[in-house]
Amino acid sequence: MKFEAHHKPYIFGALSGLLLTLSVAVAGQFFGTSTTFPRAASGLVQLLGVDMSQIEFYTVGNGTNTLASFPNWQLLFVIGIGVGAFISAKLSGTFKVEKLPPMWVSRFGDSTRTRILFSLVGGSLAMIGARMAGGCPSGHGVSGVSQLGLSSLIALAMFFVGGIVTARVLYKGGAA
Amino acid sequence: MTLVFGLITGTLFGVFLQQAEAIRFERQVGAMRLIDMTIVKYMLTTIVVGSIGIYLLRDLGVVEFAPRALSLGLQVIGGLVFGAGWAIIGYCPGTSIGALAEGRVGVVWPILGMLLGGIIFAFIYPAVQQYIAPIGAFGRLSVADVLGVSHWVVIAFLAVGSIALFKFFEKKGL
Repeated sequence: MKFEAHHKPYIFGALSGLLLTLSVAVAGQFFGTSTTFPRAASGLVQLLGVDMSQIEFYTVGNGTNTLASFPNWQLLFVIGIGVGAFISAKLSGTFKVEKLPPMWVSRFGDSTRTRILFSLVGGSLAMIGARMAGGCPSGHGVSGVSQLGLSSLIALAMFFVGGIVTARVLYKGGAA
Repeated sequence: MTLVFGLITGTLFGVFLQQAEAIRFERQVGAMRLIDMTIVKYMLTTIVVGSIGIYLLRDLGVVEFAPRALSLGLQVIGGLVFGAGWAIIGYCPGTSIGALAEGRVGVVWPILGMLLGGIIFAFIYPAVQQYIAPIGAFGRLSVADVLGVSHWVVIAFLAVGSIALFKFFEKKGL
């Protein structure tokens, strides 16, 4: 079979599935990334000198949602994603410095201020939603659905329902 | 050693995500606009292969796992809120780091937004636990448990369904 560009998502998807299997077998770790964000954010708040140590979210699970849990498997996994993507992009000549995504610019223009505003609101919603649902597309989507978890299947379906409806509103009538 | 495994696994995952182009804004928003199914192909293939792998390991007695607990309130409301944010920023938590690493520097704003969301969630956490988590809470259920069938039946359906979907996507050029 000839290797063609449109086979890529399948080939690298299959490799990712094997990688998940290996990770579970060797390290006992399923993929997940989103908890690293509130953990890192708690550190940023500390840097600003705000004491939030009494907040329930930071006291549950012996501080599993705080900087105290670093370094852990997931932090290194998230850093690794950056390392791997960088190496892969450089080696394949697809590394490109891009200030704003072209699809975004063709719909909303090239104003950085607009993108920042939308990003802060959208990023907040994404992280609040992920932590509420108990995972993101890697934790719930890939790891959870691979375990055939009903909660993960529902979460993944809702990610797409929320995403499709919102994308429809955002890009309605806009240039592709 | 756990940390080393995390770094190695993450690095390989980053390579695969980048090669599949799953970390691109255009691929993610493209899926939500129903014009480019790259990430759906990638995710479903990962899930099918991953489910076969981890259930094989479990049947061989190598590993044990239980799915995440089900709360309809948390997964439906949280899932929809995540989806709305995902469509706006065009990245999910894991892919945002990969996108930054391949030079898409504009992703720093969504990353800042997600860090901000992490702080906001800390404040609303008690209310979420009190009012949303108890809605439709059913514990750690797998689809196989609910249907009362072997997990291999569910995995077979997942595989056949995914392949049918892939054929449809390729036919439509999505």
